[in-house]
Amino acid sequence: MSKKLLLEHVDKEGIQYIDTYIKFGGYASVTKALKSLSPDQVVEEVKTSGLRGRGGAGFPTGMKWSFLDKKSDKPKYLVCNADESEPGTFKDRYLMEKIPHLLIEGMIVSSFALNANTSYIYVRGEMMYVIKILERAIAEAYSKGYLGKNIMGSGYDLNLYVQPGGGAYICGEETALLESLEGKRGNPRNKPPFPAVWGLYGCPTVVNNVETIAAVPWIVNQGGAAYAAIGVGKSTGTKLISACGNINNPGVYEIELGLPVEEFIYSDNYCGGITNSRELKAVVPGGSSVPILPKDLILKTAAGDSRLMSYESLAEGGFVSGSMLGSGGFIVFDDQACIVRNLWNFTRFYHHESCGQCSPCREGTGWMEKVLHRIEYGHGKMTDIDLLVDVAKNIEGKTICPLGDAAAWPVASAIRHFRSEFEDHVRNPDSCLAKHLHGDFALAH
Amino acid sequence: MSTATESNYKFLKDLLKEAGEIVQRYPEGRQKSALLPILHLVQAREGWLSAEAMDEVAQFLNLQSIEVYEVASFYTMFHLKPVGKYVLEFCRTGPCCLVGAESLLQYVQDKLNIGIGETTSDGLFTIKTVECLASCGTGPVLQIGPEYKYYENLNKEKLDQIIESLRSKS
Repeated sequence: MSKKLLLEHVDKEGIQYIDTYIKFGGYASVTKALKSLSPDQVVEEVKTSGLRGRGGAGFPTGMKWSFLDKKSDKPKYLVCNADESEPGTFKDRYLMEKIPHLLIEGMIVSSFALNANTSYIYVRGEMMYVIKILERAIAEAYSKGYLGKNIMGSGYDLNLYVQPGGGAYICGEETALLESLEGKRGNPRNKPPFPAVWGLYGCPTVVNNVETIAAVPWIVNQGGAAYAAIGVGKSTGTKLISACGNINNPGVYEIELGLPVEEFIYSDNYCGGITNSRELKAVVPGGSSVPILPKDLILKTAAGDSRLMSYESLAEGGFVSGSMLGSGGFIVFDDQACIVRNLWNFTRFYHHESCGQCSPCREGTGWMEKVLHRIEYGHGKMTDIDLLVDVAKNIEGKTICPLGDAAAWPVASAIRHFRSEFEDHVRNPDSCLAKHLHGDFALAH
Repeated sequence: MSTATESNYKFLKDLLKEAGEIVQRYPEGRQKSALLPILHLVQAREGWLSAEAMDEVAQFLNLQSIEVYEVASFYTMFHLKPVGKYVLEFCRTGPCCLVGAESLLQYVQDKLNIGIGETTSDGLFTIKTVECLASCGTGPVLQIGPEYKYYENLNKEKLDQIIESLRSKS
């Protein structure tokens, strides 16, 4: 079984409450950091650990922290990105619901490292019950002296607040999140300047994902080198994977990076195989925005090596034959899943969630949705397939934020790997594997 | 902060203390950050956000009304027209659809005899769709406002029970 760094105590009764959490070693990293380490030493430990951002981009966390404009005389801010809304991804919600103090402990130590005296956890508004759990846990932390003025007699002050979002996927993009936190529409900002220089209220700011911040206490307690010794290559430590779709055991799993994908899908310790003993068809390994891979390429790389659950192995082959670890939202499709219908569904999502600032994204996502809808519903033309590829190409890399890429990559990869299924839909709409969901579509010609 | 007196407020009147505490979370002069939390407060009490309610929020936060309208209309959680007592928000995104969300959504429309975005004639239920609720491993999932409670691993039988339970409470 894999090491558990984040979820070791998640099933302990009462772990949501601070007394139980402390009983199992909770808040030890606050004591250690504030009493025996300097902020720079905490940053160095995180750098040494090799921890990479767990929200999807995988940027090295310690390096991101070191970009913070420390010379600025403005206040510094740490903002936790808990706007989890990438289809397929539900690990942050699980973590905040089950063990909220781990995030709060991570926020305290991380804020200390960044010299931030006010920090915010931006939680997507739909998770109101999670917001209540966090607010209660934060109140407990204040009452125990882990938050507020002069924490543990260290002279360090920190206020921590929860900010509810309003239901917009784009607010998971860090600059859109900051706009939203400032009370505006969640429109992404142009970068540069990056938040490390010009973030919340124009002040130096770090935005980190929930899982990233939750990893910090273990790193401070055990040391960055111990963390770096776990995993494989530059994919250090563990990763929460949220698995769903046509599998026997959907759920959140903490894996040591480097686990073979095949073991993750078929082992009873994880996904437990495909439902109803059907065949695996494809996997989206890192949330709906990353390229889909067919069975052959998700289990093995193009070179024939075992594909591993790591940043590098999943990306091997680039977008020709690889994908991304992304957020760890692992969506499994069995051989009865209709690729066209699922792609239409994903594209509808990105069209709905585009903030509308950039023309390629605003217009292109809607265009792709319309074309996919007509292919799925039996009105497609063979030229539509290349039209989709062309529209996707004209969105990718041409928008302020990565939402355009997120919309384009699934389209390009689905057609690359499953072109015959699109052609079959055009030639013979009755071949659609999802026709049981819309049985009369053939009549709509 | 607002120069209006408490008596000027119709929608915020009982929420002034809580709204004032929310404003304290942000630096001086950054009270606009309180906009989303306060809109949530007002909607939780009123059920939806009328133009008059948003005007009050603008006045309270020293903002122009348009600043509130443009935010409220951007975020899908805010209802800009009246909704039923219970808002049934079905996740319609990929992973939920892989495990049966589409047929369940059709089932509830047939059962309540309303379409998506509509409210039953007794004012009890509004059906809405929502994009990914981060419950992909326990789909199909439904969120019911105003409490925003999650109902997971849904099927027709569970849905029948939930609707009957809400009906019996009303």
